[in-house]
Amino acid sequence: MANLALRNLTKAFGNTEVLHGINLEVADGEFIVFVGPSGCGKSTTLRMIAGLEEVTSGEVIIGDKAVNNLEPKERDIAMVFQNYAIYPHMSVKKNIAFGLRSSKLSKEEKEARILEVAGILDMVPLLDRKPNALSGGQRQRVAIGRAMVRDPAVFLFDEPLSNLDAQLRTQMRLEIKKLHQRVGNTIVFVTHDQVEAMTMADRIVIMKDGHIQQIGTPAEVYHQPANAFVAQFIGAPSMNMLPGTLNGKGLKLGAGSSLKTKWKSDSALDVMVGVRPDDLTVGKGDPIVSGKVTVREPLGPETLIYVDTPSGEVIAKASGRTPPELGEKVVLSADPANLHVFDAKTGMAVQ
Amino acid sequence: MTIAPDVPAGIRPTTDAALAAPKGKPKNLGQIIRWLLLFAGGILMIMPIVYMISTSLKWPHEVYNVNLIPEEPTIENYTYVLEDGRFYWWFVNSLIIAVITTICNLLFDSLVGYTLCKFRFPGRQLVFIAILSTLMIPTEMLVIPWYLMSQSFGWLDTYWGIMFPGLMTAFGTFLMKQFFESVPDDFIEAARIDGLNELEIWWKVAMPLVKPALAALAIFVFLGNWTAFLWPLIVTNSVDMYTIPVGLSGFGDEVDVAWELIMTGAAISTIPTLIVFLIFQRFIIRGVVMAGLKG
Repeated sequence: MANLALRNLTKAFGNTEVLHGINLEVADGEFIVFVGPSGCGKSTTLRMIAGLEEVTSGEVIIGDKAVNNLEPKERDIAMVFQNYAIYPHMSVKKNIAFGLRSSKLSKEEKEARILEVAGILDMVPLLDRKPNALSGGQRQRVAIGRAMVRDPAVFLFDEPLSNLDAQLRTQMRLEIKKLHQRVGNTIVFVTHDQVEAMTMADRIVIMKDGHIQQIGTPAEVYHQPANAFVAQFIGAPSMNMLPGTLNGKGLKLGAGSSLKTKWKSDSALDVMVGVRPDDLTVGKGDPIVSGKVTVREPLGPETLIYVDTPSGEVIAKASGRTPPELGEKVVLSADPANLHVFDAKTGMAVQ
Repeated sequence: MTIAPDVPAGIRPTTDAALAAPKGKPKNLGQIIRWLLLFAGGILMIMPIVYMISTSLKWPHEVYNVNLIPEEPTIENYTYVLEDGRFYWWFVNSLIIAVITTICNLLFDSLVGYTLCKFRFPGRQLVFIAILSTLMIPTEMLVIPWYLMSQSFGWLDTYWGIMFPGLMTAFGTFLMKQFFESVPDDFIEAARIDGLNELEIWWKVAMPLVKPALAALAIFVFLGNWTAFLWPLIVTNSVDMYTIPVGLSGFGDEVDVAWELIMTGAAISTIPTLIVFLIFQRFIIRGVVMAGLKG
């Protein structure tokens, strides 16, 4: 058990720098999720923690030790890969035992440890099977078992659920979360799926283009996004962005409506006003925008409506039972307290 | 559940009609032509073998008759060849050479192929191209340098002399490199995290994953060395060091080639190749089956 720290971590492939100074402190037993679009550097960061990629500059610290120059096996980590990477020529038991090769435990202790892990993962009846006789979810559990059996300081997960179908993914998500509550090791989990990030993480690290955009709890990144990218990346459907200006009196939306909000600016400032589809209602509250309904997506409890407004297309959630008709003109309103305001130039949240 | 005998009469005929058309029955002219071509190909393949066995059962005076079935079949040739001490030695020589060369190729080709495939180092591409380019040099050009080399090292007329040019082949290296490309890096990285050193990763993780390729390579190398003629002929001097092909070519005398004895020796010498093929062929088929499964 140990904490993990990344200090000014950079990575360059040739002359191309892909990570630009990553700083992160992970507390002991914390579940950290790296999330971001493809190519944002999240997997590279994970691989640098694992020791599979060389660090260009900066430090990776596990426990109290800088591990930059240590081999992966000396770092007290275990990793679960997207393609499971369980050895097809070995039985489940041998696969799990493989993680214990370099351990100093006696044969009996190893055996007991394997059975314990298999018990936790509900895999005891499958121990003698070969991987090709297992389902995708079972294979993933073998991979997790191989990592768990070593009781590492830090667990690293590299998009482990993206090869599973939707239902299994939800199930495994829950299992990994329960597992974390049970074993309590530090976990660094990489995913491109913001739902996985929101549901599993103690804290989320949102990355884009090799920079950390925001680090925070799921509630923080959802309710107080640091910038427009985070605001739009987290939450589905994405946050609506409407052009507006901020001045001494308050917020003026492009379409003309003026709102009294907590934000003010002495000089006029071009801003993007963010509002989540959940926070937009048809009719009630302060009117924000209006327009015609162009598409409806019934989801059961609610219906997503796409509204063509002067500020662009806006998505809102409407009643599942009595949604507006196609082509109907609707006025969308919101509580000004639920709006987010971002500087149009920098994308940073206006405080 | 079994179907009751009193199935409504109306159902029977359709079921029977569906069952009546046997799957393998040719349906049209195109299929018949395809079958005939395959049949002709099959005959073409099997004929030399049939002819070899037929000749091995003939008396010398009948050898130049093209009839397939000998007039007076005899096993005299087999008795002669097997009782002749030389053939036994040639067989042992061929076996030693083919087995050692095959094992060496499996190890060295895959080691080099793995390194070229999975490690990034300066000059990697250059080394690979250099190895590949040796494929373009015909053996006939190489035998003279090989011979001079063997002579200066004192390897003439020794096992080592016969084997050394083939202990590692460019073809095998290329084949193994291509197969290692199909081994996902995740396996290797997982093993690295699990604490294996690079040699262990190659042996315990990568090698078992390319078994089908190893089986194919084993068959190629074994057959190649078992039937090799030119180089063993050049490098050996004493009859005791001959391999089967070299030895067999010497049956007969200046005026007459003893075809019946050559064919008998050839027929006996196909047995190990059949065994090797039967053993490794299963791996190849299993490899294809494994590759068909997802994950």
